[in-house]
Amino acid sequence: MIRLRDVSKRFPGARGAAVAGFSLEVAEGEIVVLVGPSGSGKTTILRMINRLIEPSGGTIEIEGTDVMQLQAVELRRRIGYVIQSVGLLPHRTVAQNMATVPRLMGWDKARTAARVTELAGMLELDSELLARYPSELSGGQRQRVGVARALGVDPPVLLMDEPFGAVDPIVRGRLQEQLLALQGRIRKTIVLVTHDIDEAMRLGDRIAIINTGGALEQYATPEEILRAPATPFVADFIGAERGLKRLALAPVKSIEADPGPVVHPSTGVAEATATMAAHGLDWAAVVGPGGELIGWVDPASLEGRATVADAEARPFLATVSPADSLRDALDAIVTNQTHVAAVIDAGRYCGILTLERVSTGLADR
Amino acid sequence: MRLADPLVDWGWLGQHLGQLIHLALQHLELTAIAVGIGIVIAFPLAVLSYRHGRVYGPVSAVASLLYTIPALALFAFLVPYTGLTTLTAEVGLVSYTLLILIRNTVAGLASVPDDIKEAARGMGYTRRQQFWQVEVPLAMPVIIAGVRIATVTTIGLVTVTALIAEGGLGAYILLGIQQAFATPALAAAVGSVVLAVGADLLLLGAQRALTPWTRRSKTQALPIDPRELVARAPKG
Repeated sequence: MIRLRDVSKRFPGARGAAVAGFSLEVAEGEIVVLVGPSGSGKTTILRMINRLIEPSGGTIEIEGTDVMQLQAVELRRRIGYVIQSVGLLPHRTVAQNMATVPRLMGWDKARTAARVTELAGMLELDSELLARYPSELSGGQRQRVGVARALGVDPPVLLMDEPFGAVDPIVRGRLQEQLLALQGRIRKTIVLVTHDIDEAMRLGDRIAIINTGGALEQYATPEEILRAPATPFVADFIGAERGLKRLALAPVKSIEADPGPVVHPSTGVAEATATMAAHGLDWAAVVGPGGELIGWVDPASLEGRATVADAEARPFLATVSPADSLRDALDAIVTNQTHVAAVIDAGRYCGILTLERVSTGLADR
Repeated sequence: MRLADPLVDWGWLGQHLGQLIHLALQHLELTAIAVGIGIVIAFPLAVLSYRHGRVYGPVSAVASLLYTIPALALFAFLVPYTGLTTLTAEVGLVSYTLLILIRNTVAGLASVPDDIKEAARGMGYTRRQQFWQVEVPLAMPVIIAGVRIATVTTIGLVTVTALIAEGGLGAYILLGIQQAFATPALAAAVGSVVLAVGADLLLLGAQRALTPWTRRSKTQALPIDPRELVARAPKG
């Protein structure tokens, strides 16, 4: 846990304070994203945590220890640090770069080598990359080595300064996914700085929206910020399409799916037609004996048949799983001829989501 | 020159081969001492100049001034104090290496990218560790380039010190002039060039051995990880 209390920074010769009276608590194992326009002091705040910039006032505690009580060098070795340009040491191989902090901490060779192997596995870095120099890597690989290096001595806290700012959007997306997957396993306390609100929404358990001079406008979960922006600045900063962004954040499982009209292969045609009529729809989902979704049928396809099995069920063009976002569900709804999204969990049919259900569900949250 | 003589008197050369080698070794010794002492003086001055910009102006000015003094004038000035000695020769030779060594060392240190220094600091390097383990190795290609220029220049200059009874191969050049006999002068000149080229290649080899990352980076790997290519392919 990191606690900043009334932290300020005034650079010599500057007119105003870069950061004035900034307070924030970062819970253990959470990703907190500091986001704001340039000049908001977000990077200054980050760099005060590992004392690359010495605070002018206030206190910063990491797991109960005041950072000013440690030697700056000692402190930095205990905190992982990743910067936008990565800053790998060009004269050291990938393995040597990953061993940087263990070496500074005086680990023996065997322990360091074991750690490097472990980190390479965690970051999905091929072992043949380990002997290369940074200049022989792609941008995405460099960034992963940068994260691996920051995790060298398994520090509880990770500081990331625009870590994905220098790679193209596709690679950035993959790196963000990897970071979230990695965080799921290692549960570090991470403070990440970005100017990209979408990145903040995607990565942050909590987001601190910071205005000029380190003014904390709102500190909340992405969902809360989208639902109820605290100030006009926040509303402006999160930009247009707030509703769509909320949809992107909320999972399908957050809304109860409607069972919908369901028939089975063995169902007789008359009963199937009655089921459709009962729901006021002109189609029904065909679900097999194991609970699996086969497709859908309509009255026309049942004409002249005895049971549903005799008719040819048409597939749902798009289905969603409970972990998908409501935005994916919305996409499925407009794609499918039936105007619903079928929810499938590990092959089993769970029900359907309609446009109406999505919009009321979101309003209830 | 005795006009009837051939340009190269092979007989004379054969008789004096041992002496020629002796002079070449002396030549190298004078050079090595000059460049060695040059580095010892230049490096701390360069580091000081790099750390404190204000120092660089005066240091650079003095080194430039030394560099512009004609060699003959410098020796003429020094001989009354230090005599016809190796010391006199080395004072001159060393002073000519300083400008190149200081400038290249400062340029090398200044060429270390800020983001790498920032990352090193953030990782918990002490100032001293950062200097010796990050900045100096990364400055090495430019520093060694300076040492190469200084060495080649010094090998040429050593011949001049023959005038104060030193000079390595320069002694044979002087002999050639005094006796109007081309062979020793020619042999010394060729020998001096061979030494310069040899030393330069040797230092180039040393630089490559010391900075393997500069060689490998030229054979760039694929700019894109093949796995990322797969991710780039449109889905479906």
